[in-house]
Amino acid sequence: MKGAGYFWRKVKLLLGRETFATELDEEMAFHRAQMAKELEEGGMTAESARAAAMRQFGNATRMRERSHEVVGFRAETVAQDLRYAMRQLRKNPGFAVTAILMLALGIGASTAIFGFVDAALIQPLPYAQQSRLVDVDESAALFPRSNMSRDDYDDWKRMNTTLQSLDVYTGMGYLLRTGTVSEPVSAARVSDGFFHTLGVQPMLGRDFRPGEDKPGGAKIVILGYGTWMARFGGRQDVIGQQIGLSGDPYTVVGVLPRNFAFAPRGGAEVWVPLLDKSGCEQRRSCHNLDGVGRLRDGVTADQARADLKKIAAQLMIQYPGSNAGQSASVQPLSEQIVGKVRPILLTLLAGAGLLLLIACVNVASLLLVRSESRRREIAVRGALGATPVRLLRQFVTESLLLAVAGCGTGVAAAAVMMSMLRSLFPKQIADGAPFLKNVGLNAHTWVFAGVVTLLAMALMALTPALRLAVRDIHEALSEGGRTAAGRFWRRLGANLVVVELTIAMVLLAGAGLLGKSLYRLLHVDIGFDPEHLATVQLMMTDPAGQKPEQLKALYREIDTRVGSLPGVESLGLTTDLPVQCFCDTDWIRIPGKPFHGEHNDVMERDIGPGYLRTVGAKLIEGRMMTAEDDENHPRTTIINQTFARKYFPGEDPLGKMVGDPKLSPKSMRQVVGVVGDVREAALDDQPLPVEYFSIYDGPDNFFALAVRTRGDERALLPELVKTLRAISPNLGAYGEITMEQQISQSPTAVLHQLSAYLVGGFAVLALVLGVVGLYGVVAYSVSQRTREIGVRMALGAQRGAVHRMVLREAGLLAGIGIAMGLGLSIGASVAMKSLLFGVRAWDVSTLGGVAVVLGGFALLASFIPARRAARVNPVEALRAE
Amino acid sequence: MAAKPELMPGTLDLLILQTLKRAPLHGYGIAQSIRRTSDDVLTVEEGSLYPALQRLLLQGWVKAEWKTSETNRRARYYTLTAAGRKQLGIELSKFERMVEAMGRVLRDAEEAG
Repeated sequence: MKGAGYFWRKVKLLLGRETFATELDEEMAFHRAQMAKELEEGGMTAESARAAAMRQFGNATRMRERSHEVVGFRAETVAQDLRYAMRQLRKNPGFAVTAILMLALGIGASTAIFGFVDAALIQPLPYAQQSRLVDVDESAALFPRSNMSRDDYDDWKRMNTTLQSLDVYTGMGYLLRTGTVSEPVSAARVSDGFFHTLGVQPMLGRDFRPGEDKPGGAKIVILGYGTWMARFGGRQDVIGQQIGLSGDPYTVVGVLPRNFAFAPRGGAEVWVPLLDKSGCEQRRSCHNLDGVGRLRDGVTADQARADLKKIAAQLMIQYPGSNAGQSASVQPLSEQIVGKVRPILLTLLAGAGLLLLIACVNVASLLLVRSESRRREIAVRGALGATPVRLLRQFVTESLLLAVAGCGTGVAAAAVMMSMLRSLFPKQIADGAPFLKNVGLNAHTWVFAGVVTLLAMALMALTPALRLAVRDIHEALSEGGRTAAGRFWRRLGANLVVVELTIAMVLLAGAGLLGKSLYRLLHVDIGFDPEHLATVQLMMTDPAGQKPEQLKALYREIDTRVGSLPGVESLGLTTDLPVQCFCDTDWIRIPGKPFHGEHNDVMERDIGPGYLRTVGAKLIEGRMMTAEDDENHPRTTIINQTFARKYFPGEDPLGKMVGDPKLSPKSMRQVVGVVGDVREAALDDQPLPVEYFSIYDGPDNFFALAVRTRGDERALLPELVKTLRAISPNLGAYGEITMEQQISQSPTAVLHQLSAYLVGGFAVLALVLGVVGLYGVVAYSVSQRTREIGVRMALGAQRGAVHRMVLREAGLLAGIGIAMGLGLSIGASVAMKSLLFGVRAWDVSTLGGVAVVLGGFALLASFIPARRAARVNPVEALRAE
Repeated sequence: MAAKPELMPGTLDLLILQTLKRAPLHGYGIAQSIRRTSDDVLTVEEGSLYPALQRLLLQGWVKAEWKTSETNRRARYYTLTAAGRKQLGIELSKFERMVEAMGRVLRDAEEAG
């Protein structure tokens, strides 16, 4: 019966609502006028006729409303609810603003963190069918995932049956000459099918063709998009042009697409094929490559690992010298890229979720208090015929309004937080985490914010509604209902506060443990003095300048020139600066000790004579490196304490010999000194055995310089780079940074800092919200119990006793919250154990300290209402009733 | 004031449609017409009349247009539409069936009593 015409007329009416209202009014005015006229004709005076007509006509407003109801949609009553809700909130702006801010905080924090989770864990890799990509590498005792050697790679590629393709990459640095300017650029050498395996097509030009990575092949290069734009002006005709890379001409064959990113070589600007084997690559024992493979259809990473392990075992038999103990490591590529940040992100997400929960609970209890004070209003509306559903809808509407406002503000806050957090990552880390670029507002984050808002709304609407369901309207109308209702509310409110305090406790404990970890990490004994230490990376790119004699001359030149700069106290060269990399290892063998072909991995550092003194390493015994330690003198080495303890336990290492696994005569070196452990790898890595050789004994064209300054080391950096570049146009100087920056920007420190600060921030907010919640509940309870307190005092209770009574009540709530929180935080901290450094999950001092802090604030929060309770004047309290 | 018989639920629409069958009328006219025709037995509450008219408009059984009334004031005249005429027939037969049924019940009750 109600066909399309009906609906259409309704819509028309809805659209022309104004006209509808005025027409109805006019019509009714006409009606009244006619009525009055008739009564007047019947003999009444005009005045009383009009009055009578009015009377008879009845309540015009009511009539108008009923007419509206007939024509209106259901949505119109929703709009009515909405208007009413808005009026309610406007009437009480303090409540509305507090509630919206709290929700915005919770929603904003969780959405911002989710933005990172989404970018890093849900869509980590920008490649086709990324779940089929695996990280392939060798593995050894000391390194579960170690670099692959070029010869092993060729064999693995040929022999495996589980991978559709296997390709390799390694880092490289060149001096890029464009026009007359030479600048150091970071690069990558890759095998021919590298981009094909990733499923990436150059946006301009072509990919490397099969076979183009073979030794002796043509020198060709593919440019990264950023480099193409910045250094070549985005010109199309760059294809086919020649560019100089460290003096060699390379032909540009392609440009990578804009969105291309490869995290392990995030900073690479140019990509070249492997081509000729470097000196090291001539040996099968030279491990300098990493692999990436694409699984065949239906093959799992586990199957591929088993396959490659089998091949590695065969190679072990075939080449016992180089391949003893070398196995295979295969894991999803995403694991290699984001595996480390996953626990941090999940912890942060959990923290943000808890903060959101506490915010919702807080808003719910605010609504509860408000519904309490609106009891009479609700009862009146109920008595006037509002159905429970309609009343419930009013609450839902109000929560919806709050939630939507909170969501809007929260999402805006999330956008700000995300860009702020993103800018906190140093470039070095951002390069290795290209997914950070995708962090921001997108469909995923919006959906997340929406779902979170819905949940928050449900929680908030449910709390007062539950109470409403329990409440008998008649009881509420009569004053006698107060006590029972008060008790009920007190119980529900108190329970909510316990939940809040529990959550606050968990967050505080987490923050405490992470903060302590960070402190321990930053105060870990690094074995050298990072203050007033400037560092810079160097590379000699001219092939003619890479002969040992030329390099040694260069080292001396650097010594003299930099040493004469004002403010320079001392300087030293090294192949690897401290706190940088778990790399450059060597296999050793001690003559006279049992040896079965195992690989004794130690880290090798080639250093100049001034290096150890410059960084501030402690000499334990023997001597430091001198200028005489070169190829013209007996070969020597300095070892660190861990080396001494591991390979010379209970002996004096001085004078002992160290050699390669074959103990070949030219590899034999005498230990002339022992130094304290200098932290070579990440701050949270275990100290490792290190051997120091003289750089004059085996010159390297990639090296670094450490300079101890008298004053501000940062001010020296530009001068330092200028001086170095002036020595030779073929000497690339880059990556200049102070050691303190280097440490605080190291991925380990940054990640620990980030998690400690964020969880700390969440915890402080949770503490504030929880304590405010406690205050609210206690204060409300005191205000409800004024009469009871008055009676108690009239009957002789002392002020002190009343004071204690209130404090006891608050103390009980806080106590339960803290106790439950303690239990949960032990569970939580065990779950985030991988993020802790130097702290146990059940660190008593942290947990105890946090409990004291929370308890102290809780006491403070209950002190004010307790005082107010003790000040109650019994006479006034009783008279007020 | 003597109690007036209340309109049977659902009959207001029928009365309005029937009244409009004779001529287009404004709201006041409809109320008056029903009162006079029923010899003051049936009075239509204004509070029910206008919502009912809106309902009929929505159903498409009447249409409304503004005209000048006999007193030279703008008034809204309601006219029965074709659909309304059809509906009137349906409502009438429904009502007659009901009256007949009620009559039977009442007669039956009288006889038994």
